[in-house]
Amino acid sequence: MHEVWTYFTVHHSEIMGWLWTTVWLAGVPLVVGLLLALPIGWVASRYHWTYPPITSIAGLLYTIPSLVLFLVIPGILGTGILSPLNVAVALTGYTIALLVRTVADGLDSVSSDTMSAAAAMGYTGRQRLVAVQLPLAVPVIGAGLRVAAVSNVSLVSVASVIGVLQLGQLFVVGYDYNALAPTFLGLVLFVLLALAFDLVILGIVRVLTPWQRAVGRP
Amino acid sequence: MIRFESVTKRFGDGTVAVDDLSLEAPSGKITIFVGPSGCGKTTSLRMINRMLEPTSGRILLDDQDTASMDPATLRRGIGYVIQHAGLFPHRTIVDNVATVPMLLGEDKKKSRARAMELLERVGLDLKLAKRYPAQLSGGQQQRVGVARALAADPPVMLMDEPFSAVDPVVREQLQNEFLRLQGELGKTIAFVTHDIDEAIKLGDKVAVMRVGGRLAQFAEPAELLSRPSDAFVAGFVGRDRGYRALGFASAGGSLSTSEEDVARLGDDLRRANDMAQDGWTLVVDDKDQPQGWLALGGLSGSALDGTVTPDLLNLGGTLAGQDGTLREALDAALSSPSGRGVIVDSDGRFVGTVTPGEVLEHIESRAAGIRRNTLASAKGQRAHA
Repeated sequence: MHEVWTYFTVHHSEIMGWLWTTVWLAGVPLVVGLLLALPIGWVASRYHWTYPPITSIAGLLYTIPSLVLFLVIPGILGTGILSPLNVAVALTGYTIALLVRTVADGLDSVSSDTMSAAAAMGYTGRQRLVAVQLPLAVPVIGAGLRVAAVSNVSLVSVASVIGVLQLGQLFVVGYDYNALAPTFLGLVLFVLLALAFDLVILGIVRVLTPWQRAVGRP
Repeated sequence: MIRFESVTKRFGDGTVAVDDLSLEAPSGKITIFVGPSGCGKTTSLRMINRMLEPTSGRILLDDQDTASMDPATLRRGIGYVIQHAGLFPHRTIVDNVATVPMLLGEDKKKSRARAMELLERVGLDLKLAKRYPAQLSGGQQQRVGVARALAADPPVMLMDEPFSAVDPVVREQLQNEFLRLQGELGKTIAFVTHDIDEAIKLGDKVAVMRVGGRLAQFAEPAELLSRPSDAFVAGFVGRDRGYRALGFASAGGSLSTSEEDVARLGDDLRRANDMAQDGWTLVVDDKDQPQGWLALGGLSGSALDGTVTPDLLNLGGTLAGQDGTLREALDAALSSPSGRGVIVDSDGRFVGTVTPGEVLEHIESRAAGIRRNTLASAKGQRAHA
C-alpha cells in the first residue's frame, strides 16, 4: 500500500494528466452518445416496426471488439492512428449502442393514460415529447446511462494498446517493469472514476425526478 | 352544443365501433353516453376532441365542423377527464392543474393562482397542492383531474368514466359535488359511463348505446325509465325502474303531512312519553332538526326517570325533503322505525310526517293522471292516422 502511495506522489503530475484524459475520453462520448441515441431511440419507440432492426443493429455494434474499432476508425475518418479522437468516436458508438434500446424502452414506459391525457389537454406532438414523455423516461434512461458510463470508463484503458495516453498507461508500465504498484494504482483509480461517474449521473437523475422520491412519503 | 351527424367509426380491422350516430348534446347540459362494453361510447367521446377521427359523418361544436379546426387548438378549448385521472406523475398537483392555462400562453404565476382557485372549488385541501399525484388517494386524484379539465374555463367538457375507479362512498360524494359544480358552471358536458344508475343520476339527457355502436335510445332519464324504446333498453335500464322512476317525480309540496308533537334533547322522559303516538316520539334539536325516534311504549315507573339524551335515540329512518322526490318520501316512510316518515324543509327543519300508505296514495293518484293523458294522446294519434 505504501509503495502505491509513493508511486502516486512521485508520478503525481503525469498521473493527474492521464486521469483528466480518461475523464474526457469516457465523459464526452457519454454525452454525445446520449444526444445521438435520443432521436434514434425516439424513432424506435414512435415507429414500432423499426424497434427490432434498430435494437439488433445496436446490439451488433456493441459486440465489435474495441481494439478493432480503435484501429479501423483512423482509416475511415482519416485521423492519425494515435489521435484520442479515435477512442472518443469508438466510445460514442458503444454509448449509442447501449442507450438506443434504453431510450426506446424509457419512452415506451410512459403510461398510455398519461400520454392520451396530454394529447387531450392540447399538447402538440413535440410539446408532449419534451414536456411529458421525456421527463417521465428519465429514470429508465438514467439507469441505462449508468451502465454506459461504467462501460466507457473501463473501455478507455484498452486505448493504451494503440498508444493513446491515459490512466490505462499505468497497466502498461506495470507490465513493462513487472511492478505491482502502478497496476494496483490503475485499478483503484479506474474503480474510483467509475464510481464518480455513477454518482454524478445518479445525482442528476435525482434532481430531475423529485416526483420519484415523493412517492415514498405520503 | 355538440352535434353528431351520421357519424360512423370503422377501425382498421373492420370492426364498426360507432354506426351512423346522430344526436345533439345540448349546451349547458350533461349528456351521458351509456351502454355495455363494446358499444362505442368511449369512441364517440374521443371523436369529439379528435383523439379519433370519424370514418364518415361530421361532428359540430356550436355549428362549427371540428374537422376544420386544428386538433391541438380544439383540445385546449375542451376539458377532458379520464378514469384514472391521467395526471402527470412528474408534476405537482398545482402544476398539473395549471397545464392548460400555460399551454394557452398564460404566465406561470397567473396559471398557478388560477389552479389554486380551482383546487379549492373542487374541494381539495390546498395543503396537497405541492404534492405529487402518487401521494394522493384515487378520489383526490379524480378531483384534481376535474380541476385540471376546468382550469382554462372551457365551455365543453368530456368525461370518460371519471368516477368508476373509486369506491362507492367516494363515488357518491364526487357525483354530488360534480352536480353542485355543474349547477354553478353550466358546462356542456359529454360523459361516458357503463353504469346506468350513474347515467340516470347525473344525466340531463342519456344516450343508451348497444354493441355495434348503434344508438338505442336518446332521452331524458325519466322517460328512459318510464318508456324504454325496446327490449334492449328495458333490460339495460334494469329492474326496480318503477321504483327508481319515483326519483324523478317531485313531491313538490303536494304531499300532505301530519302534524306531530316533538320532544327536544334534554326534555324530561315523562313529558316525551306523554307525547308518544303508538309508543314512538320524534326528537328534534334546538334548530328543529330531527335527531331520531324515542321508543317509549311499554316503559313506566322508574324507567322513565331522566332526560332525553342522544344515546337513547333510534336513528333508523331516512329524512325526505319537502321539495324532494316521491322516492325519498316513500323511503323515509318505509325506513322509519315508527312507521311515520319524517319530512323536513330545505333548512332541515321538521315539517311533518307521512305514512307509507299516504305516499302510495299520492303516487297512485299521480299515476292515474299520467295514464289518462297517455290514453288521450294515444287516441289522438290513432285518430290522426
